[in-house]
Amino acid sequence: MPLRAAIQEFVRDGMTVAMGTGLESCIPFAAGHEIIRQGRRDLTLVGPISDILFDQLIGAGCVARVIAAWVGNVGAGIAYNFRRAVEEGVPHALEVEDHSNFTVALALEAAARGVPFLPTRTVLGSDVARNHPRLREMVCPFTGAKLLAVGAVHPDVTILHVQRSDPDGNAHLWGNLGISLEAARAAEAVLVTCEELVDPAVIRSDPNRTLVPGFLVRAVAVVPSGSHPSPTQGYLNRDDRFYDEYHDETRTREGFLAWLDRMVLGTRDHQEYLERLGEARLRALRPRAPHLAAPVDYGL
Amino acid sequence: MRDSGTQATRRQIMVVAAAREIRDGEVVFVGMRLPLLGFALARALHAPRAIGLFENGVVRDSPPAGPIITMGDPPNIVGALACTTLLDVMGYLQRGRVHVGFLGGAQVDRFGNLNTTWVDQDGRRIRLPGSGGAADIASLAQRTVVIMQHERRRFPARVSYLTSPGYGTGPRWRHAVGLVRGGPARVITSLGVLGFDPESGEMVLESVHPGVTVEEVRAHTGWDLRVSPALRTTPVPTPEELEVLRRFDPEGIWTG
Repeated sequence: MPLRAAIQEFVRDGMTVAMGTGLESCIPFAAGHEIIRQGRRDLTLVGPISDILFDQLIGAGCVARVIAAWVGNVGAGIAYNFRRAVEEGVPHALEVEDHSNFTVALALEAAARGVPFLPTRTVLGSDVARNHPRLREMVCPFTGAKLLAVGAVHPDVTILHVQRSDPDGNAHLWGNLGISLEAARAAEAVLVTCEELVDPAVIRSDPNRTLVPGFLVRAVAVVPSGSHPSPTQGYLNRDDRFYDEYHDETRTREGFLAWLDRMVLGTRDHQEYLERLGEARLRALRPRAPHLAAPVDYGL
Repeated sequence: MRDSGTQATRRQIMVVAAAREIRDGEVVFVGMRLPLLGFALARALHAPRAIGLFENGVVRDSPPAGPIITMGDPPNIVGALACTTLLDVMGYLQRGRVHVGFLGGAQVDRFGNLNTTWVDQDGRRIRLPGSGGAADIASLAQRTVVIMQHERRRFPARVSYLTSPGYGTGPRWRHAVGLVRGGPARVITSLGVLGFDPESGEMVLESVHPGVTVEEVRAHTGWDLRVSPALRTTPVPTPEELEVLRRFDPEGIWTG
């Protein structure tokens, strides 16, 4: 399914959307940009850290609430749209539900396993846990110890960028996983963008690598370099310069709007976005040499 | 900045101090930049069997295959021992299997509490990115090492927001709030190395880097900083340590 149609059909105003679940890699930027182009509003975004994707959606006015451990620019530090929204209500007020990486993972894992909460020992005594809608102190029914209950987060949609998928959404991913598996299992629907669409036989040749089974997936869109500027192991390296340029250009609201016009609103789709980057820049980001895993033998 | 009388920069002194906090065979929650170099240095010299965990799920026993800005960069995956999930490595932490975790922050206070969420600056509240995994490492590792620029605004008596727990308000605080272990062991700064007094949970200056005075450290600290009676000068990097550091950071990007 084309990415535009997938976003149109599965991402609606007011929904809770998990993205950037691989932390700094495989961030589904192409899908995020399409959400901006289609003018979605009042979204709740869920993620651990969110290397500038959340900042872009916040600046574009798509977001009412963020459930996250960290919102910023990993290379450069501050994310200016996030700061403007929280500190000044620009472009509009933003509600932030602060987490740690572990608690956001547990909130999704609780939803993935079909339970209302999971207990943990993390962030006890931290201001992160103070007056929190989803973190509540509890007493262990077995030992009497103090624990923290992390309430489930149920995304309407989780969007993942992966290396390869078959047409049914049976997806192979490798390298860095972060909280992608928990987020996929927690969601009502999963949208997959992939570098390559492959024959089901390729997927079945290595079932241990099928970390997202197709029965969870509602739509598959083929979007090469769909994670740019974040890396996808074996397909695209990180475009470090892009993050630095974004940091400099988005220091002011006007600067961000110019960036948004040039890179997102002024491009029809991800193909045009990539053309704007230029072939030379993309070529420099491609892996220079393959680094193949040893084959495994599933022989009978 | 290069200190007079030694061949080492302040940052090289900091990285070497960080490396010396890692003992052989330990499981280390590694951060980016200086701690990552510290881990590489420790592995190459005195801790060849140390294991590094990254919160995205990467487990390594060797430096990344090339320069990296984030822990998710492809060179940090190539040659890894394992790539698992965030929940899995956080489980190692919670289970008590992580000996030492490295942390940084916008602010650290008298009891080693860290703030990476909100700061006041010129009468304005500034929103910072937030915890990430820092609050988890601070809560659950057996001990932590904090690496900071030593500036007065970064060393307030009390953090304005407690993101990552140190000793809270004193030595019994962690137990009282339900934390089962841990707390900061060292704070390595651009001026010196600090430890914590077990009786009070309070930070104590243990060493000053070559050329730094106690007065200078106290002037850059937002409370009446205690000084160890056994105060010394931070040991400078050995020629061997410097040689290995230059191998890992040939351009001096991190330690120049």
